Formats: sequence, C-alpha cells, structure tokens
Amino acid sequence: MEDNNSPEMTAVPAPESASQAPATITVTGAEPKIRPDHENDRLKITLGEFEGPLDLLLYLIRQDQVNIYDIPVARITDEYLRYLNLMQELDLSVAGDFLVMAAQLIELKSRMLLPRDPLAVEEEEFDPRADLVNRLLEHEKFKAAAQMLWSRATVEQAVFTRAETETDKNNPEVAVGLFDLLTVFQKILARHKEEVLMEIEREEITMAEMIERLRNMVRSAGELNLITFFERASSRRELVVAFLSVLELVRLGEISLLQRETFGAIIARATNPA
Amino acid sequence: MREKAKAAAATDDTRANDLSLDEAVPGHREIGAAELKSVAEALIFVAEEPISAKIIAELVDVDEDNVRNIITKLVAEYEARSSGLQVREIAGGWQIATRPEHHEHVRAYLKSRPSAKLSLASLETLAVIAYKQPITIPEILEIRGVQSPSAIKTLLDKRLIVTKGRKETVGRPMMYGTSKEFLIQFGLKDLSELPSIEDFQDLAGGETTEGRRQ
Repeated sequence: MEDNNSPEMTAVPAPESASQAPATITVTGAEPKIRPDHENDRLKITLGEFEGPLDLLLYLIRQDQVNIYDIPVARITDEYLRYLNLMQELDLSVAGDFLVMAAQLIELKSRMLLPRDPLAVEEEEFDPRADLVNRLLEHEKFKAAAQMLWSRATVEQAVFTRAETETDKNNPEVAVGLFDLLTVFQKILARHKEEVLMEIEREEITMAEMIERLRNMVRSAGELNLITFFERASSRRELVVAFLSVLELVRLGEISLLQRETFGAIIARATNPA
Repeated sequence: MREKAKAAAATDDTRANDLSLDEAVPGHREIGAAELKSVAEALIFVAEEPISAKIIAELVDVDEDNVRNIITKLVAEYEARSSGLQVREIAGGWQIATRPEHHEHVRAYLKSRPSAKLSLASLETLAVIAYKQPITIPEILEIRGVQSPSAIKTLLDKRLIVTKGRKETVGRPMMYGTSKEFLIQFGLKDLSELPSIEDFQDLAGGETTEGRRQ
C-alpha cells in the first residue's frame, strides 16, 4: 500500500456519472475478478493487491495449482506477461521491479528450452529454476510471518496498560488556582494602565456579550491564551467583565484552564463533552 | 526511569541505614517474601514501561532470582482469582495490563478504537527485519522482491525499527533491527519468542494467498 509499485496505488476510479458507463477499477483483495455491476451498468474489474513481482508470481503458481518445485516456466511466464499487459492497459503504473522479474522469467524460459550441454558433467546438472523457487519459498515464509505479526498486533491492541501517572510534568491540567488567575489578571491590569493613554468612549459590553465573545474565541482558536482574551478589553470595566466571564464559563464547566508550566501562560480550552 | 529508580534506591539505602543504627547488622533489613511480593506488585503497577526484575531487585536489595520467583507467584495469583488484570512479561520486563477479553468494555470506556494497523507492505518488511536483523535495505529488497522505502520510513517513524550501525561492505550500507517498542507492540518477551521462521515452511508449502488479508 505504501510502495509505489503495488498496482492499487494508481488505480483511478472512473468518474461517478453513471451515464458514461465506464469501467470502474476497484482494487481489493487478492483475487482479480471481472464482474458486471448490474446496478450501474458498469464493468467492475477487481485486481489483486500485489506487493511486488514475487507476490504476483506466487499468486499465479497457486492459482494454477502447480508444484512450486516444478514450475512450468513457459506457462507461468506467459500468464505473468499477460498480467503485466493487463496492468498496463488499465493504466496502472507498472513498477520496474515487475519488469525486472519479467526479464528474468523470459531468460529462464529460454534457458529451459536450450538443450543441455552434452559435455557438462552429470553431477553439475543444475535446475535453472532453483534460484527462483528458493526466493519464492523464502518470500512466502515472510508473508506468513507478516501474517503472524498482524495477529499478534491485533491481540496486543486489546490489552491496555495503566494510563500515565499524573505528575506536574505530564499533566498540564493541574487545576489553575484562583491565585494564578488573579496574578495574570493583575499583570494585565497593570499593563493596561501603562498602555491606555486616552480612553475612548464606547458602548459598554454586557456580561452576556462578553461570555459569547469568550466562547467564540475559544471555539475558533481551540486553545486560547487568556492574555490574548484580556488584551481585547478596551477599558478597565471591560476587563473586569472579561475576568468575570472567564470565571463564569469555568463554573459552568464549558471551558477548562490549564497551565503547561509554573508561571506560564494560562490557556482556556473547551471542556471535552464527557 | 532508571535514574529515578537509582535515586530512590539510594535514599532507601540511607533510610535503611538510619533505621538500623542500633541494630547489630548495618545495612538493609531483610524483606519477607510476602512483603517483597507486595512491593514488586506496587512497582510493576507504577512503572510506565515494563520494569525488569533486575531493577526491582536493586530497589529492594534482594537477589534477582528471588524477585523472579516472587513475580511468578504474583502472576499465578492473578490467574487464580480470574483477575481482570494480568501480570505479564514483555520486552524484558514486567507489566500489569488488562486481559484482552475485556477489550470491548475497556474501549467503550476509553472511547478508543484500535489504532491504524500497519500496511501489508510495512508488516512484511518488518517481518523480514525481525528475522534477519541486522539487515540492510538491499538485502530486504532481495527477499521481498520489491523496493520498500516508504515501509522503512513508516517503521522508523513508529520506532519499531532502529539503525544498527553500518555493514562493513561496499558502500557501508546502514543496517536495521527491531526496537524495544517492537517487542512491546507485538507483546513479545524477547526476540527468541518469535516463532522460528522455519515453522512457516509448512504454511508456505501449501497455503494459498486466500485469507491472508482482510
């Protein structure tokens, strides 16, 4: 699935409009099938999901139920090439690995056709297929091993260990105390005094409006630094309202406050609906 | 983790020394079997990663074999009373975990789903690395018959494999092997617990590719 050379990667689903009645290519499972999809009046081709040339070759051998130790090279090579052609026709990108195997198969096929060297020593007679057979068997073993790992992981995912112990370090939600909150508030207030040189008359914001503003800010930002929130207040009075609205939303359990480190910024976050 | 354990061991020692000032034998107080079992259980419970018998032995200042025996008893106790928890050996240490048969309820409470599994390509690559480690990328290609750069990357990202130095051959390619995380995620005590690759021979001999995937 992650390797570019598995054919399913480039399987392009046909456009959805049924009027064109194109062939839809769905690539799932190990069995390649062509089956009519009566509902949409389309032809569905399901290709095997092959993890590479060895995988495809193994599939062909198993499908034909031939003895792996005595592979009919000519027949399997033909089938292999036909498969490659099909993949190309379907516009699947055929990775280099598949082509390399094709070349090896053809070479093997020609070597099988050649008469044996009459001068060769009898003992040295060697089945040119042996190398390929060994690779196939080896590959199949690892496929089985992968399957074993898969089942182990499945069982393992059903086993749970204790959650992490709560310490200040790994749990920032060590409830922010009222004192911490006041400290931040005082800091803002002090900064505010320095900054505001001229007060502009503006409509006072009501508590309800302020709560709504806080809600929106938390919702849109996900996590909201309280300093950012307080800094939007344009008057001392508005700051007080802002502070009260924080307290109110905490009381209602809509937001929770957390501090990732001592004296760090206090963050407001929407409480997860439990 | 280990350092914390050592620090704790150190303070334990000094405390033991303080207490035993008026005792004939300086040093630690003998710990009874029942207490040792109880302490071992507490330590296994609180450890974030599987905790080895060695660390427990150092902490409590007893023989490592003692600890091993006592944990075996602990395991049996959990079994005997059909506990929802199990004490199990994993990745060279001990761990307290829920029993797999309770997974539905535990998941319902944690609101968790089984996390995304590894792809087939990654699993096959992992299997090759697990059995042939340390192994280089060209060697993996040779067995799998297919390039697996993204599978390697996934496995590295998930910390299931680690680099194991370079092979002293042309190009000095990097070698890879499985990590402790691999043992944990696949519930293995150690690598020797993996079934022998030759055991898959029979499977390989006859089975079709059917049922290999879901």
